[in-house]
Amino acid sequence: MTDAGATKGGPAIRVALPYHLRTLAKIESAEVRLEVAAPVTVRRVLDALEARYSMLGGTIREYGTGQRRAFMRIFACEEDWSHESMDAELPEPVAAGREPLLILGAIAGG
Amino acid sequence: MSSVRVLVGTRKGAFILMSDGKRKDWTVSGPLFAGWEIYHMKGSPVDPNRLYASQSSSWSGQVVQRSDDGGATWNAVSNKFAYAGVPGTHQWYDGTPHPWEFKRVWHFEPSLTDADAVFAGVEDAALFKSPDGGATWEELKGLREHGTGPRWQPGAGGMCLHTVILDPSNADRIFIAISAAGAFRTDDGGKSWKPINKGLVSQYIPDPTAEVGHCVHHVAMHSSRPNVLFMQKHWDVMRSDDAGDNWHEVSGNLPTDFGFTIDVHAHEPETIFVVPIKSDAEHFVTDGKLRVFRSKTGGNEWEALEKGLPQKDCYVNVLRDAMAVDSLDKCGVYFGTSGGQVYTSPDAGDSWAPIVRDLPAVLSVEVQTLQ
Repeated sequence: MTDAGATKGGPAIRVALPYHLRTLAKIESAEVRLEVAAPVTVRRVLDALEARYSMLGGTIREYGTGQRRAFMRIFACEEDWSHESMDAELPEPVAAGREPLLILGAIAGG
Repeated sequence: MSSVRVLVGTRKGAFILMSDGKRKDWTVSGPLFAGWEIYHMKGSPVDPNRLYASQSSSWSGQVVQRSDDGGATWNAVSNKFAYAGVPGTHQWYDGTPHPWEFKRVWHFEPSLTDADAVFAGVEDAALFKSPDGGATWEELKGLREHGTGPRWQPGAGGMCLHTVILDPSNADRIFIAISAAGAFRTDDGGKSWKPINKGLVSQYIPDPTAEVGHCVHHVAMHSSRPNVLFMQKHWDVMRSDDAGDNWHEVSGNLPTDFGFTIDVHAHEPETIFVVPIKSDAEHFVTDGKLRVFRSKTGGNEWEALEKGLPQKDCYVNVLRDAMAVDSLDKCGVYFGTSGGQVYTSPDAGDSWAPIVRDLPAVLSVEVQTLQ
């Protein structure tokens, strides 16, 4: 199983990725764990994610604009964060590593 | 002993089909990149084990995969396709200006001389080049900026640069084609470009003989005669004998001259293959019969090739990059269909047999002849 997360110090942020992105990044575990400095935001989590898994660049947010791709959705503590600012501080359970940040492919298409 | 490796891109993954030189018994591997659209896969002529695959989805955008071992293992390389400068606008479907937006890679064309160099034709139409095996990409901006770009308009499939042809006799000459802008040529390695659409007539555009705006579906060339080009336009099969400066129609006795794909025999530069499609409104073969048409006279005189192909109740399409030829003797011809079949003819089209019948819809077919 791919190491999904040994981190140094501080709580590890848990990130759950959709199947296709786990496959692309050759991640065999259900979640990855990332070290993210406070304040923990979506932007910082994605920065850390793409730093570790460079092949995920451009797959969740667009190059250039940095905006979330239209069919990718982001949930935290059962709330839809897709339309929140990328710089908004995520809920404490996510920042503390008790809850995962969920990145999902929207149910779209046929 | 020679062998062939057929690279098949589909709507839901990639497949690699292998056979020896007899091309009778096949092994099928895949799906690779399961669930993703694979618009194109192609190998380097310099290092046949170096393969590139264009992997994309509506959800996660573009990924570029590279294999250095003939497709056994793959690694994602850069998917960062940034237009040079401020990309400006092209025309949208309604004629209004629309900003250039990168969507996907339609076609990879590896260099003829450098295993690390590869071109990528993308949507929205532009040509990129990587000098380092896909680690970085840089746009050859002279194409998009040569002057007609603001008049380019997307075809039904998007505004895609789908054809890239490298001249084996002149490293500075490249041909490309865009739907729906037309064909273009550079003679200085991509710095400057010019439209090469004189002779094309497209009744569905405001000026049927316009400099740009033609929906060119595919262009093919034989490496021994780089000044002779064959084109499957939206409607019309065309030929140029002067590197695209002038075109004339060679549709001849085809049952319909709408279609997507066109290719040239590996050893007979006057022998060409097309798959006529009923019309732009009905994207399937005519009369329920899957027929490849072959001309041994460089066009105009066509014969239907149907032995081994379904001749009733067949309603598939064959897309622009879904036909290829190997360089064995006899020349093998391959094509894939929207119904998921990949057919091969080991005798230059005289007879056909399916390699596989039930893949996802086929987007592209390339073949490598391996020694």
